[in-house]
Amino acid sequence: MAGIVGYGCHLPRHRIKVEEIAKVWGADAPSYKKGLMLREKSVPPPDMDTITLSVEAARRALIRAQTVNPVDIGAIYIGSESHPYAVKPSGTTVAEAIGATPDIHCADFEFACKAGSEAMFVALSHVESGFMKYALAIAADTSQGAPSDALEFSAAAGAGAFIMGKENLIAECLFTHSYMTDMPDFWRREHEFYPQHAGRFTGEEAYFAHTKGATNAILKKSGMKPQDFQWAIFHQPNGKFPQRVALELGFTQEQIDPGWLSPRLGNTYSGASPIGLTATLDVAKPGDMIMMCSYGSGAGSDAFIWKVTDRIDKVRDLTIRTHKLLDENLTYVDYGTYAKFRRKIHKNA
Amino acid sequence: MKTVCVAGVGMSQWGEVWRKSLRQLFADAALDAIAKSGVDHIDSLYVGCMSGGLFAQQEHLGSLMADYIGMPGLPAMRVESACASGGMAFRAAFFEVASGAADIVLAGGVEKMTDCSGDDATAALATAADQEYEVFHGATFPGLYAMMAHAHMAKYKTTRSMLSAVAVKNHHNGSMNPNAQYPFKIKPETVESSVMVADPLRILDCSPITDGAACAIVCTEEVAKKLGKPYVKILGSGAATDTIQLAQRADLTTIKAATLASARALKMAGRTIKDIQFAEVHDCFTIAELIVLESIGVYEPGCAGPGTLAGETGLDGKFPVNTSGGLKSKGHPVGATGIAQIVEIYKQLTRQAETGRQVKKDLKVGMAQNMGGSGGSSVVHILEVA
Amino acid sequence: MTMFSSRNWREYPQRYRMEAVKFKKSGKTYFPPRSIDPETGDCEAEMVRLPDLGKVVTYTVVRVAPSQWGDMSPYALAIVELTDGAKVFGQMTDVDVDKVTIGMDVRVEFRRVQTEDHHGVLSYAYKFVPKWW
Repeated sequence: MAGIVGYGCHLPRHRIKVEEIAKVWGADAPSYKKGLMLREKSVPPPDMDTITLSVEAARRALIRAQTVNPVDIGAIYIGSESHPYAVKPSGTTVAEAIGATPDIHCADFEFACKAGSEAMFVALSHVESGFMKYALAIAADTSQGAPSDALEFSAAAGAGAFIMGKENLIAECLFTHSYMTDMPDFWRREHEFYPQHAGRFTGEEAYFAHTKGATNAILKKSGMKPQDFQWAIFHQPNGKFPQRVALELGFTQEQIDPGWLSPRLGNTYSGASPIGLTATLDVAKPGDMIMMCSYGSGAGSDAFIWKVTDRIDKVRDLTIRTHKLLDENLTYVDYGTYAKFRRKIHKNA
Repeated sequence: MKTVCVAGVGMSQWGEVWRKSLRQLFADAALDAIAKSGVDHIDSLYVGCMSGGLFAQQEHLGSLMADYIGMPGLPAMRVESACASGGMAFRAAFFEVASGAADIVLAGGVEKMTDCSGDDATAALATAADQEYEVFHGATFPGLYAMMAHAHMAKYKTTRSMLSAVAVKNHHNGSMNPNAQYPFKIKPETVESSVMVADPLRILDCSPITDGAACAIVCTEEVAKKLGKPYVKILGSGAATDTIQLAQRADLTTIKAATLASARALKMAGRTIKDIQFAEVHDCFTIAELIVLESIGVYEPGCAGPGTLAGETGLDGKFPVNTSGGLKSKGHPVGATGIAQIVEIYKQLTRQAETGRQVKKDLKVGMAQNMGGSGGSSVVHILEVA
Repeated sequence: MTMFSSRNWREYPQRYRMEAVKFKKSGKTYFPPRSIDPETGDCEAEMVRLPDLGKVVTYTVVRVAPSQWGDMSPYALAIVELTDGAKVFGQMTDVDVDKVTIGMDVRVEFRRVQTEDHHGVLSYAYKFVPKWW
């Protein structure tokens, strides 16, 4: 089956600590740190958005793809809930920046935090069907959380990009399974700045029901058990949920460790499980099996089973690894700088 | 070519002149020059202005000014080369008289810069830089000269004190100029504690935003003699261009357009830089004065800073520079600056500079160096006392 | 005001992909591209893409910025000599502006440059970030 030919990640260097946000709103930092397992999150500076993160991640995916000529990419799909324009595609800018225009199909996807894996699913399907040689899927967000809302402690930024193809694979996709119901757990109406959520209703019936539904179905479809995998990545709206769902499904802490980024990265929304996949590919060995399951409110999960190929050893260090972006060259900002960066301050036009 | 002279000069009020419009400023300077020279008519008019359109929403300045100096029907046109517009207008007038096509030409310059917001004025000035490859990325004029300053400091060990010395000297000279916008003296420590605009340039390293106009009567020597007033001869005119984008230049510590324009003016004059006794140079920023003095050969590269610090370019120095106060203290209504430099050279040569500012030693030959953008154009004139 | 949208669009090959021209006779690269080599008068050239690493030739830190740059202020501007010798002017980002130096190693990154208030077109281009990996 088709799979990943090249992958790349980009993250902002700026971080804000949970304590810094809690201090401003009189919130209890220890309960966020312990209860939700969030320590800090990434903050995009004013000159970074979903398009710029996507371009850098895509360029790194091209570097790891080694021989892919951008003009042979038949489609670019970007999944995000923070496309910079309400009307005007993000994909065409990325296509132009990597030199993939004009014979290409672009679409911007939106499905809360699942838009990124949705782009991956569609890109894979196009390549698998023989419709095109390569398709580029990008999962990127500079997500928004309303000031003082619980989401503000997690809403973060980052991007992961995957060039799907049929030859020279880094990881082959063995199975996919998608699982959806109509679930009013989280939404943003048009012209609103920040999303709304249904509090504790976002847990059991939403996140857990769908991630478990998709994972159990793909395990059944593939005839595999959690022990058959070296690695697993689940959508990470906070630190706690992906850990809990993994353990409840029978996966171990060791399996999720490389891709479990949210305690230090925050929730990169559409980027979350795809970026987790880039971090996992960075350490995977040829032959390793990877379970990946996204979740998007509204609601649904896309599950993928990846099998890593020999080529991974040749390409992972052709560009920067995800954990290096997560761990090094960081700058911590105070709430004032964060509020300016995220345009939370009203100014005269 | 005929011998061409300057037979009278005029200036409007300079500064934040809230009560005068673009046309009134120009008319004030033009009528002043016409009255002082005593000419009974003029044959044509050149108006140097960088951007009447962006600063004051007014173009078509040749016709407008001809009308408002009471001479509708006069051949007139506006000349533009960014901040060198005034000098280029003077050069056009010089050639028209030298060619024999006219006997008396009015060369003027004007800019009305305060009728727009600070942001709009910055944006208008920035049109003299490369809009797509500098301004797009956030370039401002202080920023561009600051980049030259850093390069110059790195290559020649030019210091903060040397830059301050330029500002202190020019404010000292300007304090004795009744037309100056900022006629006050400053100390090096005032410059060095003023607000940082673009590292390493502080606000007192920068010339101000100014409203103002200046005019000169350019005529044949026969006319000048007949008028019976003091006059000076234009010995040489030189102009040159360079890339307007800084990054495209091989050397950021020199301004090639100034070197070429000066060499051409000297060649026409049949002189060398050693024959020049004093100069008005385009000190839009303190670093610009140092770089220009080196580019036109008054100093070897890297030596203008130490020379300025030693007082060599002061009123009593061996080579007085910017006796008017320069752009720094006198003000910088961009299109008018080139003509105002001619006004000062004329006043010094005819010993009409105000008390205290008049250079004591005998002056025969002076130079005016005007510059556009970050050095994308320059125009140089050499004047000699008649 | 001129229409920024079309002006910006025309420059995409340079702003997005750093496309330059390399003249046949002199072998010299010009960015942005031009039709004639000012040194040789040569008009024969090929398109080349500039490399993404370089060194700061000179710089400044703009601290009094026009209001449209307010969100980025103070910001550093630099002329960078890329590894192929081409010199490019641009903004620096993700940098402590007090630590910029001549000779600093930088990497090209794709960033948002202007936003035309809240309603206009967004413009993107190269910026320079310190090379840390």
